[in-house]
Amino acid sequence: MGDEIRGVVIVGAGHAGGTAAAMLRQYGYTSPITLIGEEPIAPYQRPPLSKAWLKGEADAATLALKPDDFYVDVGIEMILGTRVTGMDRTMKSVTLADGRRLGYEFLILAMGARARTLPIPGADLDGVLSLRSAADAEMLKAALRPGKRLAVIGGGYIGLEAAASARALGADAVVIEREPRILARVACEVLSDFFTRYHQARGVAFEVSAMVESFAGEDGHVTGVRLGDGRTIACDAALIGVGAPPNDELARESGLHCENGVVVDDHARTSDPAVFAIGDVAWRPMPRYERMFRLESVANALEQARQAAAAITGRPVAPHEITWNWSDQYDLKYQFAGMPFDADDIIVRGDPANARFAVFHLKGDVIEAVEAVNAPAEFMAGRQLIGQRRPISRVRLADMTVSMKEVAA
Amino acid sequence: MAKITYIEFGGAEHVIDVKSGLSVMEGAVKNNIPGIDADCGGACACATCHVYVDTAWTEKTGKPSAMEESMLDFAENVEPNSRLSCQIKVTDQLDGLVVRMPESQH
Repeated sequence: MGDEIRGVVIVGAGHAGGTAAAMLRQYGYTSPITLIGEEPIAPYQRPPLSKAWLKGEADAATLALKPDDFYVDVGIEMILGTRVTGMDRTMKSVTLADGRRLGYEFLILAMGARARTLPIPGADLDGVLSLRSAADAEMLKAALRPGKRLAVIGGGYIGLEAAASARALGADAVVIEREPRILARVACEVLSDFFTRYHQARGVAFEVSAMVESFAGEDGHVTGVRLGDGRTIACDAALIGVGAPPNDELARESGLHCENGVVVDDHARTSDPAVFAIGDVAWRPMPRYERMFRLESVANALEQARQAAAAITGRPVAPHEITWNWSDQYDLKYQFAGMPFDADDIIVRGDPANARFAVFHLKGDVIEAVEAVNAPAEFMAGRQLIGQRRPISRVRLADMTVSMKEVAA
Repeated sequence: MAKITYIEFGGAEHVIDVKSGLSVMEGAVKNNIPGIDADCGGACACATCHVYVDTAWTEKTGKPSAMEESMLDFAENVEPNSRLSCQIKVTDQLDGLVVRMPESQH
């Protein structure tokens, strides 16, 4: 490190890190940008790994955030297949696994989250998989062949999307969930019930309130999932989708303020003004709900990438977005916005039996969150109304003959 | 392959060769053209790739699906020639296409 011009170093070359690098150049940043990633490939979109890509409807070039020559063209140095092992905030430098040290003027932490593992016997058998990276997705895809059976541990979005993709590829799927209902942590009962029925009608089996004790195996390969009640669910592969803790160890070791992730302000700045944290690793303000939270979504990664890039280049930061996300399963487009932290009631608009409906979560007459299935108008209008905090007529909201434009008027 | 002209809200023009089979959105995003955010990556889930199709081209780009129309209904500053650029597939027939961007996608 000597007298070279210090620029921005980004730790983590995922959706958040890759976008931050691109936005810095788009915003006119001219100093060096170095993007360091543990995976051997340039930034790519993860959402399709459990959806279109898994079903063979998207290839690697489609997944890539940018074409490879983009990084050369705009002067973003990528160091891939390399781990950052330390950071020194006094010296303003990071240390790589190969011993190199890089100085920074600004550091962006975008290490993401990792798939939670299960500390149970048999978890190291071949065929016990998780789904986070393109390499994980390759292994899962290889296991999803006609006649094979996938056991999904955890009835969250990733597990349900994988189950739907498994069925599309002709494999069988069984979802094993610890809670009494799927999506217990992330969606309301109406949605849990709807998705359970929709998947069941397409051949997916469910085991709820089921504890997973261990994995059974033969010749080093998984053959079943042993449950707490003594039964063994036979399978050819098992996908563990039980959440993703943040990769915030580097930040903790360096003394940055961390909670469930690296604490940042509404410019994505950490307790050190030269260090930002964005994406799944950040514990961030949610001004609409007057609390802090860790969001695991592309929308969050992009919003925070823009915040950090704006702060570094001295641009005004855009107004906060209402958090949102989506999931594709079979022919369903599920979109949701806001968080029902403080909601005290729900209104269902439309009929789940028609697979076109929305659940609105209200606090009094104000919409706090919306979950919409094949109901884009409800999603879009809901998202706007959440941000506006404007009371609506509950009667009109529940009435499908009143358009969302009129509800919002 | 089609030559597509993307015009930013401020007037800056970008002329890009986009491969057939990609979407008009992908042509912009993969070339880091400002003004099209495409937060959802083309899943028609977010309406942040809103463009105005030059009126000479609206017939060739076709009509939006019901899904796309519902999303557009609630986007900002929608015009009759508004489209979500992730839903326009590039073909040789779109060589010369001109799209303009709105002031903001959020």
